[in-house]
Amino acid sequence: MLKARISVPARARQGEIMAVKTLISHPMETGFRRNSLGQAIPRDILTRFECRYNEKPVFTATLHPAVAANPFIAFHVRAQDSGKLEFIWTDQDDQVTRVTRELTVDPAA
Amino acid sequence: MIFCALLAGCDKNPTVIDDSPSAPAPVATAPLPEMLSGYHFQSADTQALQDDQFANPGMLWVDRGEELWTTAPQTGKPACAGCHNDAATDMAGVAAHFPKYNKSLDTVVNLEGQINHCRVEHQQSSPLVYESDDLLALSAYVGYQSNGLPIEVAIDGPAAPAFAAGQAYFYTRRGQLNLACNHCHEDNVGRMLRGDKLSQGQAGGYPAYRLEWQSIGSLHRRLRFCNVGVRAEPFAFGATQYIELELYLKWRAQGLPVETPAVRR
Repeated sequence: MLKARISVPARARQGEIMAVKTLISHPMETGFRRNSLGQAIPRDILTRFECRYNEKPVFTATLHPAVAANPFIAFHVRAQDSGKLEFIWTDQDDQVTRVTRELTVDPAA
Repeated sequence: MIFCALLAGCDKNPTVIDDSPSAPAPVATAPLPEMLSGYHFQSADTQALQDDQFANPGMLWVDRGEELWTTAPQTGKPACAGCHNDAATDMAGVAAHFPKYNKSLDTVVNLEGQINHCRVEHQQSSPLVYESDDLLALSAYVGYQSNGLPIEVAIDGPAAPAFAAGQAYFYTRRGQLNLACNHCHEDNVGRMLRGDKLSQGQAGGYPAYRLEWQSIGSLHRRLRFCNVGVRAEPFAFGATQYIELELYLKWRAQGLPVETPAVRR
């Protein structure tokens, strides 16, 4: 089971630009390394990250073997309506790790 | 020689005879004029990663440790939290005093050893494998409760022999390169060793996330890395020699804050 850390405000004003930070535990094994017996270590990477805001994708990223272990991805989202933010990581075997956060948006002042 | 002969001839006071001439006399003051944490020797980017409580990748293990802390073992015995209650209050400062003498084991143990002692004694579970993710997570979680508090270890009484052995280890040359710890970490602090800036070898940040490992690792993993660096045969994880050295290093770092989980190059 992958362990994810998400930093996103629980409340925001409409139109506010929020900083979103994500960190997930994953070895991101490249497939190019060998173990002490000389055997190839199989590739094991996350291939895709997506953030959805009320079902609508607002940020996506494609990950490759050169990405370091425990990928840290930070981006910005403009607050519009109350609802949920979904964070979805997909690995090379289509295993999905999903974390959801509720967001309350107050009307602009 | 004359002095030795005199001592050897003195039967009334045989305890004065010390047949280990390599053991240094206990020292009362720290060997370095200014104490600098390993943090000081990192690049600005690495320092920023450690300072950001969210982005610090070592916090992944701290989070995992918190889960383990509150999860009861299958033996029906209480979880860590069952005896120690809330780690944030009850475990604050605890890691800053390890390694320390454990009366029931009659030896000096480090934090990892104490966690495993608790597991065997009070949870009737098998000890966690050294350097396993679970042991790293628990020691990082307990260490994190002392983050920012000053290191302070006892080196007197039953801990004194271990301290002396650790100090002797520090100043003993080893490996094909024939170097002792002090040749890098005292005599050449701040100078470059190929691509790396030599630190004072202060141990307050461990378990620490090393970018090179892409993982958190224990102090013993770092010590093994140092041993391999001078082409010496490393000891096993949790070896007595490393625990003695750990005690000496923690004494040497006394007053510096615990930085667990630190981020290092």
